[in-house]
Amino acid sequence: MGRSLKKGPFVDPKLYGKVERLDADGVKEPIKTWARACTIVPEFVGHTFMVHNGRHHMKVLVTEDMVGHKLGEFAPTRTFRGHGGKGGKK
Amino acid sequence: MPRILGVDIPNDRPTVVALTYLYGVGPKTARDLCHATGVNPQQRARDLNEDEVARIAAELDNNYTVEGQLRREVEQNITRLRDIGSYRGIRHRRGLPVRGQRTRTNARTRKGPKKTVAGKKGVKDLR
Repeated sequence: MGRSLKKGPFVDPKLYGKVERLDADGVKEPIKTWARACTIVPEFVGHTFMVHNGRHHMKVLVTEDMVGHKLGEFAPTRTFRGHGGKGGKK
Repeated sequence: MPRILGVDIPNDRPTVVALTYLYGVGPKTARDLCHATGVNPQQRARDLNEDEVARIAAELDNNYTVEGQLRREVEQNITRLRDIGSYRGIRHRRGLPVRGQRTRTNARTRKGPKKTVAGKKGVKDLR
């Protein structure tokens, strides 16, 4: 089920503040974040986020197409190296 | 047989049913179409006169996305998900279920016919 429109999209306040501060300073440096559930808003476009996937921070460069998605969608949490195969993998 | 929007030739079924043969027209849209164009939904499609066919075609043209255009739209949406590298896009790329379904069992629609793996539990039972 989708989120109530009344509340608007969930944007991590702390992260949003950080983006604003960076914009004010005119710098674009990677932002380390754990806020995977944070919706990508237009203000984020062009910034680079280091989104935590449970182990590492994955680099995510936000483009216009990503607006409306969540940061976590771009940092996969699972590593699948495939099944079996010829000779079998050790 | 009447032709609506080029190629599609619904047969001799009630108009509501015949219209659902168009991609993007389901029972609901078909009912709405009949209502909007003043066509008797139960009338066989072969008995539609040219004027009625034209009215249905015009209504579809103006207010609905169907057939090729709809297919293209869906394709574009999927391509966008792929290109931005989102989780859903990755699932599309790998041909796995996109909406969080289990893949330990089932998911055959997306994964295609079973690929039996030797030595896996349950293989003996299959023989």
